Amino acid sequence: MKYQVNEKGYYGEFGGAWIPEMMFTNIDELKSRYLEIIESDEFRKEFDQLMKDYVGRPSPLYYASRLSEHYGSGIYLKREDLNHTGSHKLNNTIGQILLAQKLGKTRIIAETGAGQHGVATATVCALKGIKCVVYMGALDVSRQAPNVKKMKMLGAEVIPVHSGNKTLKDATNEAMRDWINNPEDTHYIIGSVVGPHPYPDMVARFQSIISAEMKGQLKEQTGNKLPTRVLACVGGGSNAAGAFYHFLDDEQVELIGVEAAGKGVDTPETAATLTVGSPGVLHSSKTMLMQSEDGQITEPYSISAGLDYPGIGPLHAHLHKTGRAKFLSATDEEVLQAALLLTQKEGIIPALESAHALAALEKIKMNPDDINVINLSGSGNKDMETYLNYFGY
Amino acid sequence: MKNRINQLFETKKENIFSVYFTAGFPNLNDTVQIIQELEKNGVDLIEIGIPFSDPTADGPTIQHSSEVALKNGISVKLLFEQLREIRKSVNIPLILMGYFNPVLQFGVEAFCAKCHEVGIDGTILPDLPLNEFEENYKDTFIKNNLHNILLITPQTSEKRIRQIDDASEGFIYMVSSSSTTGAGKKVEDFHHDYFERIQQMNLKKPRLIGFGISDNATFTNACNYANGAIIGSAFVKSFDKNVTIKKSISSFVTEILLPA
Ligand SMILES: Cc1ncc(COP(=O)(O)O)c(C=O)c1O
Repeated sequence: MKYQVNEKGYYGEFGGAWIPEMMFTNIDELKSRYLEIIESDEFRKEFDQLMKDYVGRPSPLYYASRLSEHYGSGIYLKREDLNHTGSHKLNNTIGQILLAQKLGKTRIIAETGAGQHGVATATVCALKGIKCVVYMGALDVSRQAPNVKKMKMLGAEVIPVHSGNKTLKDATNEAMRDWINNPEDTHYIIGSVVGPHPYPDMVARFQSIISAEMKGQLKEQTGNKLPTRVLACVGGGSNAAGAFYHFLDDEQVELIGVEAAGKGVDTPETAATLTVGSPGVLHSSKTMLMQSEDGQITEPYSISAGLDYPGIGPLHAHLHKTGRAKFLSATDEEVLQAALLLTQKEGIIPALESAHALAALEKIKMNPDDINVINLSGSGNKDMETYLNYFGY
Repeated sequence: MKNRINQLFETKKENIFSVYFTAGFPNLNDTVQIIQELEKNGVDLIEIGIPFSDPTADGPTIQHSSEVALKNGISVKLLFEQLREIRKSVNIPLILMGYFNPVLQFGVEAFCAKCHEVGIDGTILPDLPLNEFEENYKDTFIKNNLHNILLITPQTSEKRIRQIDDASEGFIYMVSSSSTTGAGKKVEDFHHDYFERIQQMNLKKPRLIGFGISDNATFTNACNYANGAIIGSAFVKSFDKNVTIKKSISSFVTEILLPA
């Protein structure tokens, strides 16, 4: 339990709840009730049922034989792309919508980058008949038009955000402002392991179903409960947190997070927070951030809208600092090639985000007997336009 | 020397007029002149805003002024340089208001020492919560005779208000309603039951009401329930390219203080 959040909401020196007083009552309520609620039998029963019958879990653990042959090492894919709505994001929104209902909230807000978390939120709001408002940077609204239409069809109101760089960070700012202005009836479903305590821990717990299933599936398929290493892409870090969670205390399992290098970590156009960032406070959490010397947050860049964030969840900042996990980065170019390789070796088109984890296979040393598990966080359906433009099909 | 905020509240008990502006806006080097003109026109207390790239507790007006100020090139370091000689010409209490990250990057110790050196009397740092302040920074603030002013809102529980009353130095910043900053509210939009509830708590510290106060009517109304009020967005909005700062401040203040 070395890597769990402590009672003050910290992972080592990172985390906490750096909230303005206007958010205190809501965060305090969440903090004092989330564990009791999500550990109750009633909650567990409904959560497990929905995971099975609605999300379609367990997601398969697939042995990728042609990719394994290509790399000369055993490669397994955890197929989060096969979940309903096409990514791991639904694991979290199902958990939070049930929690919001228990707290008596009647209105849901969310931020979204690529639109995957927005769609996953709009989906559970439709499922439960709850009003849903999604904030999305104006640039992302135009980059991810199909997801915007999906959210609208699901009954959500999508509000384009015109401040800042008009991407994920700005959408998060606006969602926080909404919560400040609507403190009584609203729950904010944050989409990753970021934000004030208890969000990072709560979201990690909902996503931890990924590694819980992995353990069982590995045992079944290989007779071995533990992989050599687990790889996942990291934006805010929720799919990585879920994929690492039940291996954190198995110190022999190597954990590798892959950030978006964008056009390169030595250029300003990057989102590799741990490589170029330093500790600071953003979105109510003390964590690693991309910032100027004066403490202004700098604008990130990545080809994948879901990794285009200048911070990272405090758990990952801690895993980085302690060396428990290793963090690499992959450039846009490397990611596109990795996506094409998976597509043509296995017939699976991955999300651009997930392709970052695949790209890391080029950068690590693997032995023939290794068991490498890659968390394939999402499907490439949303990214077809980018792929088609780039490869010119 | 006694903190100027305490001096103010000892000599003046009502209708305290406090103004917020964003440093570096509308022009990079307006800071000193804005402070001087506000004092000349009878403002009692000034909050100098340190711009931040991600002002999550602010509405559109202060988001905009912050963005412009950052584009103009303001930084914490430059702001302290601008304020270096401020105490040669200005006597009223001055407070720095902003988000915590720029302060953290400057270094909290260095920031507090600089405040003391140039004659800043207090800070309002909305995303530095009470528990973090008390555990990590309180001693540094005390050493530099710097008051850290805390906020309460309509949602704040009575127990927590009492805690904040103990911990807040100088005064309590009473957020008028559950909202981000912004002008344009009318008197009837405010929650007078909340104002009355707080008034009846007999708190130890004086109170100023802020957020949404924008004209003579809302200012006068707020002053009926507290020791005074704070105007931010409405003042930031009042600058006009075609009018000098001197003129624009004098007409703004006159309008707010106009006998009802
Ligand atoms: C498929 C997919 N993977 C990964 C991410 C990144 O988020 P996180 O780091 O929280 O898993 C996103 C975000 O939109 C996504 O859509």
